[in-house]
Amino acid sequence: MDNIIELKGLKKAFDGNGVLKDINLTVKKGENVVVIGKSGAGKSVTIKCIVRMIDPDEGSVKVFGKEVQEMNDDELRELRIKTGFLFQSGALYDSMTVRENLAFPLERVLKIKDENEIEERSKEVLEAVGLSDAIDKMPADLSGGMRKRMGLARTIIVRPEIMLYDEPTTGLDTITSREISELIMKVHKQYKTTSIIITHDMACAKITADRIVVMEDGQLIAEGTYGDLQRSEDELIRAFFK
Amino acid sequence: METSSGIRNAIEKIGEEGLFLTSFIKNTFKKGFEWNEFLRQCYKIGYMSLGIVLLTGFILGFVLTLQSLPTLKTFGAENFTPNMVSVSVIREIGPVITALICAGKIASGIGAELGSMKVSEQIDAMEVSGANPMQYLVVTKILACILMIPLLTILADGVAFLGGFVGINLNGGMNGLLYFRKTFQALSFTDLYPAVIKTFFFGFIIGFVGCYKGFNSNKGTESVGLAANAAVVTASVWIIIVDAIAVQLTSTLVYN
Ligand SMILES: Nc1ncnc2c1ncn2[C@@H]1O[C@H](COP(=O)(O)OP(=O)(O)OP(=O)(O)O)[C@@H](O)[C@H]1O
Ligand SMILES: [Mg+2]
Repeated sequence: MDNIIELKGLKKAFDGNGVLKDINLTVKKGENVVVIGKSGAGKSVTIKCIVRMIDPDEGSVKVFGKEVQEMNDDELRELRIKTGFLFQSGALYDSMTVRENLAFPLERVLKIKDENEIEERSKEVLEAVGLSDAIDKMPADLSGGMRKRMGLARTIIVRPEIMLYDEPTTGLDTITSREISELIMKVHKQYKTTSIIITHDMACAKITADRIVVMEDGQLIAEGTYGDLQRSEDELIRAFFK
Repeated sequence: METSSGIRNAIEKIGEEGLFLTSFIKNTFKKGFEWNEFLRQCYKIGYMSLGIVLLTGFILGFVLTLQSLPTLKTFGAENFTPNMVSVSVIREIGPVITALICAGKIASGIGAELGSMKVSEQIDAMEVSGANPMQYLVVTKILACILMIPLLTILADGVAFLGGFVGINLNGGMNGLLYFRKTFQALSFTDLYPAVIKTFFFGFIIGFVGCYKGFNSNKGTESVGLAANAAVVTASVWIIIVDAIAVQLTSTLVYN
């Protein structure tokens, strides 16, 4: 039961175009795996298969030892509660304030009714991501970096065991990127999460990765620690370090 | 080739709509009904369309009266104008015009709102967090439409009578008591209930089409506009089709 996530022979095509061609990946408990790869390589599709937002055409997705494709509604819900998914866009609920964004998963997913507990947990996560002042703001009034933090706060408020990050630092300046990367490590330590982090940002990979896998055209072509990949002779891999 | 894939697409579409409908019904009766959100939607829908519905209702009654007066006068029947206006407003014009206006106002609003939530992955985020976007976003909106469209129609009918009263008083005049007595005299229960029943269906069409188009819009910013637009057009067409069916049904079942 050490393997939290197991992807085997994953294949997916959209309208006849193969996007995932044969993905095999195992993530152990407490491990941070970074996935790097060019735009369109299939990174987002891969992690969407883990929470069954996308159904693969072939292959198996096991999370906590259970086949995701065979789960019933209740099991799937439970899996989704245990799995935090940080969207590339942040996906904040535009029509709600920061406070309501945070209360939403507590009330609707964890079914917490106690106002005080909701308030307390909201303050706790906002503090963790450094957004304590923003509790009454609307998402539209937040900057790009604040939106990412906010998305992260809303994801960790339910205390997930697995975190899936889709490009957490894309579009941010180097300083803010580093802050977000450090935040990911803080969440990792505080909540003991197992994570998959998709990124193009090698600085983020260096900070967060226990192990890096390289995805190219729907396949994983290399894996290793940051140092291993840095020493690689392969042109494709070298390109990421330039 | 062309036509066969066209037919297949059409069948797939109907299948998707059927699934969406089933999911709506299932989620309506699931535990954890979103009362607060439902009430908020009722308020929003009612408030959003009240002004325009009242205005059109008033003008309808007014215009209808001015239009009918001269003709009825040639038969020396101008005293029957309120009776005629009230029957056409209640049976047909009130419900259909209100529904069409609401299709323009509400269905497009819902289509755009859900469409932009879809595009910005908010619906995906809700789903993948383990919450139920069908229950929270769709059930509440459709039920609010089913409740509010009939109420808006009743209000529109009421101000249409007022409009008629103003119209008649600008052209000769009739005292208020007589006018409203004639208006309500002309109406029977068989005028009212088929008309009210069909407004519930109109409400359902507006909510369902708006939600379906928004919920299933494509990714990409231009699809928000497309979803809103498709919602108005589709809802309006369905309202007219359902109205035609309702008129045919009532004339065979009720008036015979
Ligand atoms: N729902 C979908 N329907 C059709 N095609 C899709 C869908 N999702 C992804 N694709 C296609 O799959 C391919 C891989 O997409 P994916 O989002 O996984 O790329 P990515 O590696 O995450 O790239 P990026 O770094 O740009 O986010 C793309 O060509 C995309 O067009
Ligand atoms: Mg992506």
